[in-house]
Amino acid sequence: MGEWPLWEVFIRGQHGGNHRHVGSLHAPDAEKAVMNARDVYTRRNEGVSIWVVRATDITASAPGEKGPLFEPSNSKVYRHPTFFDIPDDVGAM
Amino acid sequence: MYAQMVKTDTTSVKTREEMSAEERAFQDRVDADIKIEAKDWMPENYRKTLIRQISQHAHSEIVGQLPEANWLTRAPTLERKAILLAKIQDEAGHGLYLYCAAETLGVSRDELTEQLLTGKAKYSSIFNYPTLTWADVGTIGWLVDGAAIMNQVPLQRCSFGPYSRAMIRVCKEESFHQRQGYDALMKMCLKGTAAQKAMCQDAFNRWWWPSLMMFGPPDKESVHSAQSMAWKIKLNSNDELRQKFVDQTVPQAEYLGLEIPDPNLSWNEERGHYDFGEIDWSELFSVVRGDGPCNRERLAARRKAWDDGAWFREGLMAHAEKKSARKDTQKNAA
Repeated sequence: MGEWPLWEVFIRGQHGGNHRHVGSLHAPDAEKAVMNARDVYTRRNEGVSIWVVRATDITASAPGEKGPLFEPSNSKVYRHPTFFDIPDDVGAM
Repeated sequence: MYAQMVKTDTTSVKTREEMSAEERAFQDRVDADIKIEAKDWMPENYRKTLIRQISQHAHSEIVGQLPEANWLTRAPTLERKAILLAKIQDEAGHGLYLYCAAETLGVSRDELTEQLLTGKAKYSSIFNYPTLTWADVGTIGWLVDGAAIMNQVPLQRCSFGPYSRAMIRVCKEESFHQRQGYDALMKMCLKGTAAQKAMCQDAFNRWWWPSLMMFGPPDKESVHSAQSMAWKIKLNSNDELRQKFVDQTVPQAEYLGLEIPDPNLSWNEERGHYDFGEIDWSELFSVVRGDGPCNRERLAARRKAWDDGAWFREGLMAHAEKKSARKDTQKNAA
């Protein structure tokens, strides 16, 4: 019999914020994956919520597409507030 | 270290002229400290070397549970037992982080397990020594985990993203391991009986030299280091880390009132480091070859655990498949 499938683990920490990817593990099903994730990734109170996703269900961008995907945002510096010079006299903005 | 004498399959580091365009671009990224991720192009030998190194590191964490487990049921207090249990559980966790990092390079968990169980893959020489007394458990935490930290802290900056992230996670937890060991020794050396202190000295005498061997052969005989360092999967040389370890550990031993079992150990004012005696390298090579005091016992324990767990792994998988099939039938019926 083959090995247990691979699951990607996401944890939301104590202080709100998003679930963050923390790593992966093997488990026979989703329920056991959550139990294993508890033991492997939250031994020191790191989380208050766990998500697990079958690794095969994740679609990732290809490293080769880095250019076409992310280049366009590189050239749009006006998206950052510091692009605009506002005089001090205007006050906080 | 936790990974010792990892082969790189290369005889010398290529010059820029000898590299292909892809190899040059790869080396430039490594030199610029841009992390290499699993799906990025990488030289085949980089991939193979990393699989060897990360899996050897993972196997060490897993086998490393065995010497300490010997004392779980014999810990002197319930608190020490709970602490030791937590440490051993961490080691299992560290093994799992590392196996997953290795798997991103295209090797399966079952292949890695098989390589350990057949003896094809190595684990650190240090775990082939026996834990004869309770003082050994404290000494392992202090010296062995201390040596591990020395190696793992720089590896947090290694060039391979998944390995680096696993190391960051491991390092966060490792300091507890060293401190709990030192704490157990402080109790016995500073507040214990003469017999307890003698027991600590005995453990220290037995673990000192094998701990120094963990860092691997001397630099002049470490044939794969140059390539590993160019790839930034090794950040410091064996001798450099060994010296750092000795410099850090000697004052800690003095605080406990323990004597270093090395007549040649002395402070070298000029170098600003401790000088220490010649290491018996034939011992390291014999342990790595499989002839240490506990090599056979360790592998037998891992094989037994794997075989005895087969019904459990298969049972849970069969149950998961049955449940998922039932769900499909219900969905189709609805």
